[in-house]
Amino acid sequence: MSTDLLKEALFATALRLGDTSLVLGHRLSEWCGHAPELEEDIALTNVALDLVGHARMLLTYAGELEGKGRDEDCLAYRRDVFDYRNHLLVEQPNRDFGHTIVRQFLHDAWAVELYERLCASKDETLAGIAAKAVKEVRYHVRHSGDWLVRLGDGTDVSHAKVADALGRLWPYTGEMFERDEAEQALVAAGIVPDPAELKAAWTARVEAVLEEATLDRPADGWMQKGGRRGEHSEHLGYLLAEMQFLPRAYPDATW
Amino acid sequence: MPDAAGCWGPEPGADAVVKAAWDALAGVMDPEIPVLSIVDLGIVRAVSADAEGHLSVALTPTYSGCPATGVIVLEAETALARARLDARVSVVIAPPWTTDWISDTGREKLAEVGIVPPPHSGKRALTAPDEVIACPRCGSQDTRQISRFGSTACKALHACNSCLEPFDVFKCH
Repeated sequence: MSTDLLKEALFATALRLGDTSLVLGHRLSEWCGHAPELEEDIALTNVALDLVGHARMLLTYAGELEGKGRDEDCLAYRRDVFDYRNHLLVEQPNRDFGHTIVRQFLHDAWAVELYERLCASKDETLAGIAAKAVKEVRYHVRHSGDWLVRLGDGTDVSHAKVADALGRLWPYTGEMFERDEAEQALVAAGIVPDPAELKAAWTARVEAVLEEATLDRPADGWMQKGGRRGEHSEHLGYLLAEMQFLPRAYPDATW
Repeated sequence: MPDAAGCWGPEPGADAVVKAAWDALAGVMDPEIPVLSIVDLGIVRAVSADAEGHLSVALTPTYSGCPATGVIVLEAETALARARLDARVSVVIAPPWTTDWISDTGREKLAEVGIVPPPHSGKRALTAPDEVIACPRCGSQDTRQISRFGSTACKALHACNSCLEPFDVFKCH
């Protein structure tokens, strides 16, 4: 594969990772002032900040790879739904706290396994971003995993809520391990990890926590896909409308 | 890394402008933990000067999403300009910041204001269960973690079971 095509594939990868972090970071920020207890309010928004930080690094890098002068803000605020490349999982609404925790854990378990491997990427910038991010997502996965065990192995009500959320969200997990032809080239070049290996690591991590949480692992049935190609659920538009309100209403506004 | 004495600063024999820049940066306090200078915090990664005396200063964020990074860059630029130094400040992310880079002076200052300084990562695995943390007020070892996420990204919230006071712990990172 030519260098240009590799660069284009790398741009798409950085954009997908950046968008996934940004959208989940925004979703978690919606809990600010609404979490069930103060400590959890602070924790969820701490995680949100980390994710927005990852998004900033990844989108800045995506803009550089693209070479059309788009910076992190331009990519975050001046694209509509069809240009976003995040996983469908992270745009799903918060619903209740248990639902938020299940969504977070399914994502965190993927993120930690991904960034651990990306630290060894042949792409120096991606490896640098991963080395920074992995230290933070280790806290995240421990936090969401601890809560999942507490809720799953908790009361009848908390168990029922997270079991329901798990069934609802499981069909969105297949997309995390999808790879197109361009990404296969990145795998071959040692830039991103092999999706099959990533899926095995994710599955082992998730199954261990689900078992401790006394939750049944849902069967792998029909998987919802499309986010990585810009085909989103109805929820993303509302999220972007809020997140992008200011730059839409006041274009080019600066502090 | 800090030197053997646990301090950050210019290499021996560095240019006068480089030394002056380190001095100026030592006066810039972390906006969220204002007892610590950015030099003590270990986020001044490099200071260098070219043949004409133009300085390059590299700072590194503690956590990716730390909202103080922008303010710190601005304050570093201001401090360098006040010292009449011609410097360009940039942010680098690799290698990632670790709490091992907090200087010994910084650790003492944290302890003085009741924030438990982070243990050195070499002493335990990063993901190991938390070790016994003594209360910074009464010294009791009977303490508990309330939340791994405290008032800033870099701290966890603990409480003492003896004197009942809550306190901050700088997380090993």
